[in-house]
Amino acid sequence: MRSSESRLRFVSGELSDLGALPDVVDVAAPRSISQRARDVVAHRSLLANLVRRDLRVRYKGSVLGFFWSLLNPAMYLVVFSFVFTVFLPARVPLFGIFMLSGLLIWNFFNGSLAAASNSIVENRALVQKVWFPREILPLAALGSALINMFLQAVVLVIGSLAFRNAPDVRALPLVIYAVIATAVLAAGLGILLSALTVEYRDVSHLLDVGMTAWFWMSAVVFPFGAVAVKLGENQWLAFLNPMLAPILAFQRALYDPAPSLPGETPIIPEESLAWYYGRVSITLAIGVVILFIALRVFARREDSFGDQL
Amino acid sequence: MTSNAIEVVDVSKRFVLSHAGPSSLKERFVSRSASPRGEDTDLWALKGVSLEIERGETFGLLGHNGSGKSTLLKCIARTLRPTTGTIRTVGRVAALLELGAGFHPELTGRENVSLNASILGLDEAEAESRLPDVFGFAELAGFEDTPVKHYSSGMFARLGFSVAMHLEPDTLLVDEVLSVGDESFQRKCLGEVRRFQREGRTIVVVTHSADMVRHVCDRAAVLDHGELQMVGPPPAAIRTLRELLNKRGLEIPREMGSAANLEQAQAIVFTDVQLRYNDPQRPWLNPGDPLEIVVSYDASQPMDDVAVAMEIHDSGGNRLLGVNSDLLDSAPNSVDGTGTVVIRLESVPLLGGSYSIALGLHNHDVSVSYDHREEAASFRVENSTPLDGRVQIPVSIRW
Repeated sequence: MRSSESRLRFVSGELSDLGALPDVVDVAAPRSISQRARDVVAHRSLLANLVRRDLRVRYKGSVLGFFWSLLNPAMYLVVFSFVFTVFLPARVPLFGIFMLSGLLIWNFFNGSLAAASNSIVENRALVQKVWFPREILPLAALGSALINMFLQAVVLVIGSLAFRNAPDVRALPLVIYAVIATAVLAAGLGILLSALTVEYRDVSHLLDVGMTAWFWMSAVVFPFGAVAVKLGENQWLAFLNPMLAPILAFQRALYDPAPSLPGETPIIPEESLAWYYGRVSITLAIGVVILFIALRVFARREDSFGDQL
Repeated sequence: MTSNAIEVVDVSKRFVLSHAGPSSLKERFVSRSASPRGEDTDLWALKGVSLEIERGETFGLLGHNGSGKSTLLKCIARTLRPTTGTIRTVGRVAALLELGAGFHPELTGRENVSLNASILGLDEAEAESRLPDVFGFAELAGFEDTPVKHYSSGMFARLGFSVAMHLEPDTLLVDEVLSVGDESFQRKCLGEVRRFQREGRTIVVVTHSADMVRHVCDRAAVLDHGELQMVGPPPAAIRTLRELLNKRGLEIPREMGSAANLEQAQAIVFTDVQLRYNDPQRPWLNPGDPLEIVVSYDASQPMDDVAVAMEIHDSGGNRLLGVNSDLLDSAPNSVDGTGTVVIRLESVPLLGGSYSIALGLHNHDVSVSYDHREEAASFRVENSTPLDGRVQIPVSIRW
């Protein structure tokens, strides 16, 4: 896009020439997927800036700042621990920790999609005035959801300390892998939704309903072990939901349940770590396919953003 | 490698004006089965426009409302994609389409500048090193850490201008925004534009202001109804623009100034202009005749911070007279709703030719332009004297 050697320092009134020849761009030509990826990388500081803007705007002017974002998971931790140990004793010990483990990665996914779907419409002032790779906007939404997940993880750390529940340290790389797979999936769906929302403004309503249904299909508030027993041989059906594997990976690593006693249903599949990596890999593969489709759809629709916003 | 900064080749842009297109998924599914879709109308905002803008040139895009000049600028800026044709740009292109478009009100000036810089593709360090210059030029030193929602509209616009100028683009695209701030800041802006020109950078200006084109541009293009009418030196371009206007009759082109002022800008607008001649049967002047310009306005709210300005230009675009009500100590007590103001020229000492009148409504310190019509009206003078030239100067010759 530009060669830094040719940049001039600003000195008022200085006479100077423009130096090296900068790149030529045909602004009307369609860009290939790989060109799009390069453009996004070239604008990475914009991506960082948009994420920062999002977080700053969200927490500015509130005394408690980011503590507000901890309130929601903290409430879940307290309420669910209380309800499922006192009123409805579940077979799941430390229910609050169990639930929060899965909720972390789910909230990242859900938050990414909710923010990404509206990202282009909400930034129409920018989109109409200046050019930059539009994919940056849904990606920035994903970025701030990711940072929020790290903030919310603080609650889980405090909860784990309070309830003396140690995560499985050997499984921590699995957590990172699950985050990557989820991020790719969320990037694909987020980019797709952001483009659709420009044309159909009710996409976000539909998304609300869809995400609620998806949430209850993903074993966040109930242990997957119970479902697995019912499905038996057909367990693979449940993994058609690409979010199941990352959620199970989080529960496996952060909640790390004790092995089940004979005759008891396991809380999560009692399989090797390799099995978990395998399942998350399927999610990653699905994510890559969706991301590729999303970029193509986005490229086709992008031209009409200026007219439709 | 050519010496062109921008090459526009056979560019057309079609807008589809959809009358009843679905705007939600629900409507789409419902309308598929029930009522047929409303008819779409195609609007060609640009029709086969080709032009080349050289490196280091300051180029004006002239035209009336709906001529396609802003659409062309947006295509160059990549915010709209042409339906057909190609546009090649060289180097970093920065658009100054609307001052402070990317500013977020909750963020501080510093944060907004950094955000704006990264939109143009600068990295953190580059942006950081330019901060003092940006705030210094905008006369906002000390306001770096104030959220821009606390800025006045003038401060907002100054910062927007300063950012665009200091991010060192190779090509700057400007849409009607150089008329921000008070007079001294405008002079500074003009100085900055001159520096740009000296440094060999390219500027493309969309404007309705003949003055602007005359003073700043090297060349200009005139667009009308999406078609390129001519490309040439500013006086010729201005002449073409005026001829186009005369062909269309007395229609007032309405153009907004800086959008930072948009809200205030709509507070009072022109609604009509009538010229009153001595003899209504004779709608032209003879040298020395009086002329009354009756301007109707509509104010959406009671206001007293308003002045009316008028300029007279000849067909070559030269400014013959510039005046406003403040200069004549004639401020209204208050205006509200519709009303008229009469500008009376006691005597018009012009010889033959056609002349145009530009009108403006602004506040007393000229920081806000409420309304501006470059070609509000025109009049013709029939030379009934034996004199030749432009101005009727009483003259006698003795041997």
